[in-house]
Amino acid sequence: MNINIAAQIARTHLLAKKRQTLVAMLGVTFGIAMFITMISFMQGVNQFLEDSALDASPHIRVYNEVNTQRPSLIDEQKPGGFNVVYHQKPKDESARLKNGLQIAERIGREAGVLGVSPQVATQAFYNNGPIQLSGTISGVDIDRENRLYKLTNRLKSGNLNTLKTNPDGLIMGTVLARKLNVRIGDKVTVTTPTGSTRILRVVGTFGFGVGTVDNTKSYANLATVQEILQRDPSYITDIHVKMFDPLQALPFGQKIRAVYGYYTEDWATANTAILAGEKIRNMLTYVVSITLLVVAGFGIYNIMNMTVINKIKDIAILKATGFDGRDVVAIFLLQAVFIGFTGGLLGLAIGFGLSYLLSITPFDAGDFLSIKTFPVIFDGTYYGLGLLFGIITTVLAGYFPSRKAAQVDPVSILRG
Amino acid sequence: MSTVLSARHLNKFFYDPDTFQVLKDVTFEVQTGEFLAIVGKSGCGKSTLLYLLSTMDTDYDGEIDMAGTTLTGRSQNFLAQFRNEHLGFVFQFHFLLPEFSALQNVMLPGLKLGRYPEKEIEERAMEKLRLIGMADYARKPASKLSGGQQQRVAIARALINDPTIIMGDEPTGNLDRANSENVFRIFQELAAKGQTIITVTHDPDFAAGTDRIIEMSDGKIISGHENSHRQTH
Repeated sequence: MNINIAAQIARTHLLAKKRQTLVAMLGVTFGIAMFITMISFMQGVNQFLEDSALDASPHIRVYNEVNTQRPSLIDEQKPGGFNVVYHQKPKDESARLKNGLQIAERIGREAGVLGVSPQVATQAFYNNGPIQLSGTISGVDIDRENRLYKLTNRLKSGNLNTLKTNPDGLIMGTVLARKLNVRIGDKVTVTTPTGSTRILRVVGTFGFGVGTVDNTKSYANLATVQEILQRDPSYITDIHVKMFDPLQALPFGQKIRAVYGYYTEDWATANTAILAGEKIRNMLTYVVSITLLVVAGFGIYNIMNMTVINKIKDIAILKATGFDGRDVVAIFLLQAVFIGFTGGLLGLAIGFGLSYLLSITPFDAGDFLSIKTFPVIFDGTYYGLGLLFGIITTVLAGYFPSRKAAQVDPVSILRG
Repeated sequence: MSTVLSARHLNKFFYDPDTFQVLKDVTFEVQTGEFLAIVGKSGCGKSTLLYLLSTMDTDYDGEIDMAGTTLTGRSQNFLAQFRNEHLGFVFQFHFLLPEFSALQNVMLPGLKLGRYPEKEIEERAMEKLRLIGMADYARKPASKLSGGQQQRVAIARALINDPTIIMGDEPTGNLDRANSENVFRIFQELAAKGQTIITVTHDPDFAAGTDRIIEMSDGKIISGHENSHRQTH
């Protein structure tokens, strides 16, 4: 088999039917361009959602689950007996992590830990005049919290340091602040479930771009929240941990649970919905892209089949003059590969253009999402993958007509 | 003089629509440098015989040897290679690849064989075209040539690899008298230089000028006499 002659013949065939070649190419081009655009956009969305979820939530959260269910004493003593207990009250259990501050210190010294923030979190009602909204308030050491969540970048107004100098300061989620109609300097009444009340002054607002946080959460000083709850200075309900590598959080969380005996929740568990959504979007991207490519593949298959039928005399002449089956396969397969490769390259360029246009298209996501344009990821892997898919499709689509061409019986054609 | 082709007990059937024996126990030999014409009425099996000899039709009983090689039972790829190197064809109806120029058409089998570098193949192709009087049309696309011109280019193509045997199915069928005579003269010269020519023809004048005529009827060879002028050589 001589690949040079095959290539020369393939080129002549392609150039002789420029329009047909172009149409076949455009099929692949369209498929690949859509693949690139879709996958870049979908991955951009995935990345954006993952980032915003990971930014706003700890990699590991250590807490004490207050479990109110317990069997009655009689049930414990005489299991299986005919026991009737009315109106049993749950046991009074505290959400406190015993030695929480010390545990936080020790976790902070472990390898791979970016930061630890021990805090007191509680439900709270925010009152401003007649407006009453429920939310949560977290008492934190603001420097430690800042290290975990980069609060400085998230501040919409105010200053973190004000909180340190003002014991009654409050940094509030933007949406919550707007709903309460408060700005920096305004006062808000905070009521805890235990009934205690305190008036705090808003010193800043923050926005993570995540609705569940911006809508409900406020930061206050650790000592202040402990005071509102009428607890001692060692009262800690949550420890938030961030790792350098988010994937390390899963085994590390289990380790913490084993060592300290408290419940842990890692980011993957906390964001199951986001991760599931990611899988579904990926699936969708691949299904649509592969469908497009298969359609393009059928287009090429049709065109190659037609070419083979049109060229059946030529094939007979080539065979008569000593070209064998492999040469004929090479001639037609090369045409398919050329169509796939050039169409694919053009598709990559158009796909890049479309993704770029999408990435600069303004997109108003409202308060919940902190983006100005559509999220798009530019990753060379997708472009490589797109070209690979394009070539595989065209080779498959070109192979069967080529084989048919190789099996042409020259005698029946040449005898006329 | 050595035997370049021997066909032994060739039988060939057509099965569609009815079983029909088109060749009946055909046996003959051809010597190196012989200029042979196969004649007979339409449907006598002469074209079928030629396509068996061309190695393209492999569905037959019997045995064919050519240029010291047994060709019966060989793979398609082996036969393609053999055709490329040892056989040249001129067909009755179909001649050239329409997208290529006359020159490229002549060059293709040479490029496939790869015996010479491309430059030299081009020179040789030009020389063959000159021989056949088509040098002026070398750069023209084959689709722009008339039937007769195409057939002449096809003859040049058949010669490009200096094949051991040149086969033609009515090789001068589309040519006028002058060109027909020119082709005939070329074939004679080639035969004199040791290449073997086998043609199927209806043209009694053409047949009369050859070294030997095999006459076929109803699938059988009825006579294989040498022409009288051969002795004068």
